[in-house]
Amino acid sequence: MYMTESEVRISMSKVTVKDIINKFKLELISGEEGIDRPITTSDISRPGLEMAGFFEYYPEERLQLLGKTELTFFGMLNEVDQKVRMERLCTDITPGIIITRGMTVPEELIEASEREAVPVMRSTMKTSKLLSQLTNYLELKLAPTTAVHGVLVDVYGVGVLITGKSGVGKSETALELVKRGHRLVADDCVEIRQEDQDSLVGNAPDLIEHLLEIRGLGIINVMTLFGAGAVRSYKRITLCINLEIWDAAKQYDRLGLDEEKMKIFDSVIPRLTVPVRPGRNLAVIIEVAAMNFRLKRMGVNAAQQFTTKLSETIREGDDD
Amino acid sequence: MVEKKVVVKIKTGLQARPAALFVQEANRYVSEVFIEKDNKKVNAKSIMGIMSLAIANGSEVTLIADGTDEEKALTGLAEFIENVD
Repeated sequence: MYMTESEVRISMSKVTVKDIINKFKLELISGEEGIDRPITTSDISRPGLEMAGFFEYYPEERLQLLGKTELTFFGMLNEVDQKVRMERLCTDITPGIIITRGMTVPEELIEASEREAVPVMRSTMKTSKLLSQLTNYLELKLAPTTAVHGVLVDVYGVGVLITGKSGVGKSETALELVKRGHRLVADDCVEIRQEDQDSLVGNAPDLIEHLLEIRGLGIINVMTLFGAGAVRSYKRITLCINLEIWDAAKQYDRLGLDEEKMKIFDSVIPRLTVPVRPGRNLAVIIEVAAMNFRLKRMGVNAAQQFTTKLSETIREGDDD
Repeated sequence: MVEKKVVVKIKTGLQARPAALFVQEANRYVSEVFIEKDNKKVNAKSIMGIMSLAIANGSEVTLIADGTDEEKALTGLAEFIENVD
């Protein structure tokens, strides 16, 4: 199996407390100085044991969520404990503390948070609901991202990343695919992020969304030219097709028995190398490649079936 | 592979027209050329990639070249970006 590392550079997008406040419409109670604090992990902590005084494993770098349970317990503590525990909760790296269900924020917490500039926010949502929404949002935002030179199209529901050297005809192929009813995601520069364990999702950089650059025509807007049905804002990438100028000295796959692979982050996707030569209709080849890919995933492998049949016939011929 | 940090001195920044010229210049070299800004790296031979970075006057970018004429590509492109008009 042949593996190719793509030309990637990993970058982490940044999320600050301010983004969370805007996204979840949180009410800022205190610690306004700290709203530019970065959130570095998608893990969220519910400091229940910490309320009880156990700070041994306090995950201070996480967002802290205080719900009904934690606050009711807190109310049962004596004044000295209340003060000390809220102080220990607000460290210099705690990104923020969120009170849920619109409950009253304890005075001790406001005081401690002002001292360390830890933003304290309030939401009207229930704790578990907010927790899951926050986790989803942070996972999405903190997923590793990279930019790849290529074109991303949705062909029959398969996210196909077309790569190849500059001028090989990636954009022209994408244009033909769009004309044939498929959808463009990104031209020339595809931002890819890894979601979950092995799912790669690509989208266009904001500035060049829906645009396609065709030599001789210039920049065209696929959405206004062909309609909203011709574009997609993001798509999971499952197949890579690498276009290259036909090299007579190179051997191209004639059978389709071996699968070439490509690695982006930890995810591996199949990659086909298609040589380009005048007279080869690339759009049709890519359409068929996408369909064949789906067929293989459904368990029908034409190349495999044919070789099995061929070897059987050869064996029968031997027996005679 | 060679790389170089340059500060963009083109007055208007890399607007559409200068970006097109820059890409034209990049395509004169056989080497693979990349341009990186704020941790985002794109192929310098791709106009859409360059424009998606929205490079303004005064911003710092890194040029990366890899290939047989990498040194030439790097100096040529750096000169283009550091040119005042």
